[in-house]
Amino acid sequence: MAGKVKDEILHDHNHDGVDRRGFLKCMAWAGTGAFCVIQGGVLKSYSLSRLPELGAKEAMGELSFVQISDSHMGFNKPANPDVAGTLKAAVDKINGLSVSPEFMLHTGDISHLSKPEEFDTVDQILKSAKPKDVFYVPGEHDVLNDDGKQFLERYGKGSKGGGWYSFDKKGVHFVGLVNVMNLKAGGLGTLGHDQLEWLEDDVKHLKPSTPIVVFAHIPLWSVYPEWGWGTEDSAQALAYLKKFGSVTVLNGHIHQTMQKVEGNVTFHTAASTAFPQPAPGKADSPGPMKVPAEQLKSVLGITDVNHVQGQHALAVVDSSLA
Amino acid sequence: MRRSVFIAGLAATLSLGMGALGVGQKSFDASAQQKPETTEVKIDNFTFGPAALTVPVGATVTWTNKDDIPHTVVSTDDPKAFKSKVLDTDEKFSFTFSKAGTYPYFCSIHPKMTGKVIVQ
Repeated sequence: MAGKVKDEILHDHNHDGVDRRGFLKCMAWAGTGAFCVIQGGVLKSYSLSRLPELGAKEAMGELSFVQISDSHMGFNKPANPDVAGTLKAAVDKINGLSVSPEFMLHTGDISHLSKPEEFDTVDQILKSAKPKDVFYVPGEHDVLNDDGKQFLERYGKGSKGGGWYSFDKKGVHFVGLVNVMNLKAGGLGTLGHDQLEWLEDDVKHLKPSTPIVVFAHIPLWSVYPEWGWGTEDSAQALAYLKKFGSVTVLNGHIHQTMQKVEGNVTFHTAASTAFPQPAPGKADSPGPMKVPAEQLKSVLGITDVNHVQGQHALAVVDSSLA
Repeated sequence: MRRSVFIAGLAATLSLGMGALGVGQKSFDASAQQKPETTEVKIDNFTFGPAALTVPVGATVTWTNKDDIPHTVVSTDDPKAFKSKVLDTDEKFSFTFSKAGTYPYFCSIHPKMTGKVIVQ
């Protein structure tokens, strides 16, 4: 990776114009996760790929953490033959931050096929990250074949029911939700009655000024239901969060960054550390996208900075870190 | 520049359409000869092809995953008539239908993917 090395493909096994180095470079553009900082009770999220440009002022806050997602360990198809390498690259970026995040959130699809060795590999790679605590929620790829038993054994200590839980950090209330279990034919992600009831109870006694961060794998807003990119009963969950002035929802699943503001709620999806997926409706199916390096940025339509301002009327505005 | 944007599976979808026709014809030929039935469903581009398949009683249907992403084949009925393990790329699942009826199924990982087998 010396500065003067030209970008030429050394081994193009798949004849798709992207070698491993090329891919790693793509991922550097695409961003492999998000750095989140809470300032004045409001969450701001920055793509990891732009962190070297992040000034000390922007990175300082009451609390900062990192969201990574969709590492799909075990995936080895042309869209990314080295998902371990790209996850390591994400960890390197996290370790290079000027402000050390307090913990990490992994919003699911840790593994590709729920194999023990896939989880082991991710655990091993994340051990080298400076933040030692990692909070997980499962993706549908983590609960194959055993209804999530293995996932809960590994990551579900202290969680309720199907793996949901909450915790508090420096006055911010974090809620990890599970919406990848018991999916019904033709349907979307689902939270289910038990979890919704738990959520209502979990937030009932909190002050409206408490900043809330909800994280789950499948988006809790309707990104593109035609591809299953949404959660059937998310409206009910959000109804329980109406009284709070600052609510942030962090999701993965769709392998691209997207933001949306709806009243007091800001929604973000994180990029994958493994491979990109097409924008909603831009392909026949949401399968992994093989894209040449020079195209990746435009295909993904990355917004580098998601700057949320204001205490109550939130808006995603700033797109410059200069 | 645009030509170099690759969306995997576009060509595969076209060939799937033709492949599905071929499979349908083959099953009719076989039934005419009263041979044990084997019928293929291809999983490609997040779609079961053909989405609705009609077979005679006693036919064995085999699903093959041609996607880069794992899928499952799970009966929608309660109790479930059949349920595959997760199928990675090129892995197969077979089920023999011994009773007449309509058997709806879906991919439990991507529930928007649905199909049915009609056994006559």
